[in-house]
Amino acid sequence: MIADVDVAVCVLEPEVRMRGTPMDPGDPSLLFDDTSAGGNRHEHSGVGQGPDVYPGQALLSHPMSNLAMAYGSSLASHGKEMMDKNLDRFVPISKLKYYFAVDTVYVGKKLGLLVFPYMHDNWDVSYQQDTPVAPRFDVNAPDLYIPVMGFITYILVAGLALGTQNRFSPEILGIQASSALVWLIIEVLAVLLSLYLVTVHTDLTTIDLVAFSGYKYVGMFVEVLAGLLFGRMGYYLSLLWCCVSTFVFTIRTVRLKILSEAAAEGRLVRGAKNQLRMYLTMAIATAQPVFMYWLTFHLVR
Amino acid sequence: MAFTLYALIQTAILFTNAIAVLHEERFLSKIGWGAEQGVGGFGDEPGIKAQLLNLIRSVRTVMRVPLIAVNSVCIVLLLLFG
Repeated sequence: MIADVDVAVCVLEPEVRMRGTPMDPGDPSLLFDDTSAGGNRHEHSGVGQGPDVYPGQALLSHPMSNLAMAYGSSLASHGKEMMDKNLDRFVPISKLKYYFAVDTVYVGKKLGLLVFPYMHDNWDVSYQQDTPVAPRFDVNAPDLYIPVMGFITYILVAGLALGTQNRFSPEILGIQASSALVWLIIEVLAVLLSLYLVTVHTDLTTIDLVAFSGYKYVGMFVEVLAGLLFGRMGYYLSLLWCCVSTFVFTIRTVRLKILSEAAAEGRLVRGAKNQLRMYLTMAIATAQPVFMYWLTFHLVR
Repeated sequence: MAFTLYALIQTAILFTNAIAVLHEERFLSKIGWGAEQGVGGFGDEPGIKAQLLNLIRSVRTVMRVPLIAVNSVCIVLLLLFG
């Protein structure tokens, strides 16, 4: 029984070593908890009891197969490195990791804020030496977890709604998903274009804008769900509530990033520049309820 | 409304083609949108019109060669697959 475990661990050993090499020591520990302590223990116990005689061991201890294993593992790690480097050029994976560093408490609080943003006072994003703090430590920071999950839930609930009206077919799910995605891309491009035209110098990245535009999917699937459960009346009531709260949420979050310091605190600041920025914030916030209605009304009959 | 990703790509190509087709001398200068009319001065804030003219000029400069390639690919694909 123990010898079985040893052989299994010896076979697993090269793979554990391979996975161990390309890991940066300092990089993921800030965002995510380190759960690799279990793996290290297994490796140590295998090394001490390796050369026990066993029929399968003869093949593994042959020098050529050792060489082949070492070559194979080095080739695999080299390929993995190259793929990581090339992928990092197109999709900034390290920056994406920041947006997914959430925990349950943050998600709960953020969902509560999305549905009821009226009691929250302090909307500032806290910084830590010039970089924004990870979302799990600050409720006001944008994240991508809620938008992605909200999008998927919206697609599933849309499929459910269409199914109850006998309008469902598997292609419809794909059409709904790509349609919503296309509107999201159009909205993000429009916001980027208008930010460029108004020459606003903010630290809003594209991914931040995707996150802010994605928060409306939460409201959308609540509306469709209410429409399913309570009929058209429920849909219109929840549409009203979710639209207003998403509007207020978007204004309060985006205002701090776009407007200058004084205007964001609520004091009236004269000047064409601030007025233009205020119009831009209002336009971004108004686009949210419009999309929320546009993308859901055909699902509720 | 069923919008597919393919429709988005088509729209993007059409829009970029439209911006690239605007001729500098014959058209843009005539309506006061030429390149030299966008530079206001050395003030801190270029206005919206200056930004827009800059954007049009840079899109035309940057996307000229890639658009040739993309349009050729589109023509070939449309000929082959209708």
